[in-house]
Amino acid sequence: MISIKNLSKKYTSENKIVNALNHINFEIKKGEIFGIIGLSGAGKSTLIRCINRLEEPSEGNIFINGVDITKLNKKELRDLRKRIGMIFQHFNLLDSKTVFDNVAFPLQVSGFKKSEIKERVERLLSLVELSDKKDEYPSQLSGGQKQRVAIARALANNPDILLSDEATSSLDPKTTKSILSLIKKISNEFNLTVVLITHEMEVIKQICDRVAVIEDGEIIELDTVERIFSNPKTETTKSFVSSILNNSENEIVYPKIPNSKVIKLNFLGDTVKKPIISQMIKNFSIDVNILSGNINELQTTSVGNLLVQILGKDKDVNKALNWLKKEEIRWEVIWNG
Amino acid sequence: MVKYIDLLLPTLLETIYMVSVSTLSAILLGFPLGILLVITEKGNILENQSINSSLSLIINISRSFPFIILMILVFPLSRLIVGTTIGTTASIVPLAIAATPFVARIVENSLKEVDKGIIEAAEAMGANNFQIIFKVLLPEAMPSLILGITLTIINLIGYSAMAGAIGGGGLGDLAIRYGLYRFKTDIMIASVLLIILLVQIVQLTGNKLATVLNKKR
Repeated sequence: MISIKNLSKKYTSENKIVNALNHINFEIKKGEIFGIIGLSGAGKSTLIRCINRLEEPSEGNIFINGVDITKLNKKELRDLRKRIGMIFQHFNLLDSKTVFDNVAFPLQVSGFKKSEIKERVERLLSLVELSDKKDEYPSQLSGGQKQRVAIARALANNPDILLSDEATSSLDPKTTKSILSLIKKISNEFNLTVVLITHEMEVIKQICDRVAVIEDGEIIELDTVERIFSNPKTETTKSFVSSILNNSENEIVYPKIPNSKVIKLNFLGDTVKKPIISQMIKNFSIDVNILSGNINELQTTSVGNLLVQILGKDKDVNKALNWLKKEEIRWEVIWNG
Repeated sequence: MVKYIDLLLPTLLETIYMVSVSTLSAILLGFPLGILLVITEKGNILENQSINSSLSLIINISRSFPFIILMILVFPLSRLIVGTTIGTTASIVPLAIAATPFVARIVENSLKEVDKGIIEAAEAMGANNFQIIFKVLLPEAMPSLILGITLTIINLIGYSAMAGAIGGGGLGDLAIRYGLYRFKTDIMIASVLLIILLVQIVQLTGNKLATVLNKKR
């Protein structure tokens, strides 16, 4: 669907060359919700804006449905942009136009007939549940309502792709949730490919299928959301993941008992539901002290983490750990007493 | 009383005639220039540094001329456009020319206030430059543009007083000729009061229009 090949973006600022994006390669499949997460300044905004060429790439190619969009002329680019909806952090609605006229705007730009515009706008407004607000102006709406108008506007031309540039970053958690479930619903209903950037792992957790972690203009990790959550590899990813877990292992205070081990267990999918700990205690002559734990519901599965302190003879502890491996529980030793 | 009205009414009409035609001309000439100034600036939809800086220079130069000098400088142009260099119609030419760069700057300032994100959103929807200017920039800046035009009209009422120098007539001219040169204080006061009234009406109308437009958003 979208294939990004060797994409780089450089710009000069105060006579220094800044590498905003550095040889980026990845693919986004049709119908998936693809998240790009990074801290501010990581290059995520530049990256998403290259997809509709609001930002001109310095190097590399972007293929959408097999067409290299970096080669399009101005007219072709405008036609392409009509097939790509975009929503923004600050909504960017036209203050001088009503809700109805805001949603109608892209259709007028595309030259639709008045009767058709009316019918489509009304359908879109009912989709985002704002039919009763159609004659109001953006200043009369709440942040969440504004973003709903922006979503309706982005969908007006029946796009194949929706780009979301930090669309929930200026909304409160509850509104964020409702906007995200709206995006999810639309994506399912219209088989819409969604590319979203965010700095909040909560957003990724809630609706994304796959996620790319971007840092200093490079993609440092890219995988399904389950795998990123259950097994983050880089420090940056780990800190993003732990940002939504209750506690990270560094913050837990545990008694430094000699001959004990502090182990972090990692549950994925069905193993979350099994009574692993009680079985382990029954099968091996060890004692287990639970330090912290959590379960996160993702799109397709659950990921759980449990921090335990195991007390017992080395031989028994090792047997128990081997058994865990057989049960497909990943673990790592955090502290060895 | 009849004497006053006979004197004041025609000059009031002259002022209204000079100011309205020169305002319209200045809008017609100044709007395109102001729009061009904005869209050619750095990072905007038709970025062009050389057009932008040369246009800006021309505007600054034409704004630097004292109006009384400008009136004489444009004689050849007045003769070309209206066929004469003196009289009420002839004074419209320098008035319009003086107000044009002013309108251009007013338009520039108003359009620059439009949120860049809104322009970007329109670009992302595939709008062309023409659509961005006429469907986004101008409507979004409308209240501020109206206040700018109000300012232009009031400036032109002031300038039109100087039009007397080339036989333009109008209220300001009346005040100078009767009040200053012939010590007819009553006529001077009456014409100044009329000018004040005119300025008040223009300002209040402009404010009202801008408020109505702003209230809707």
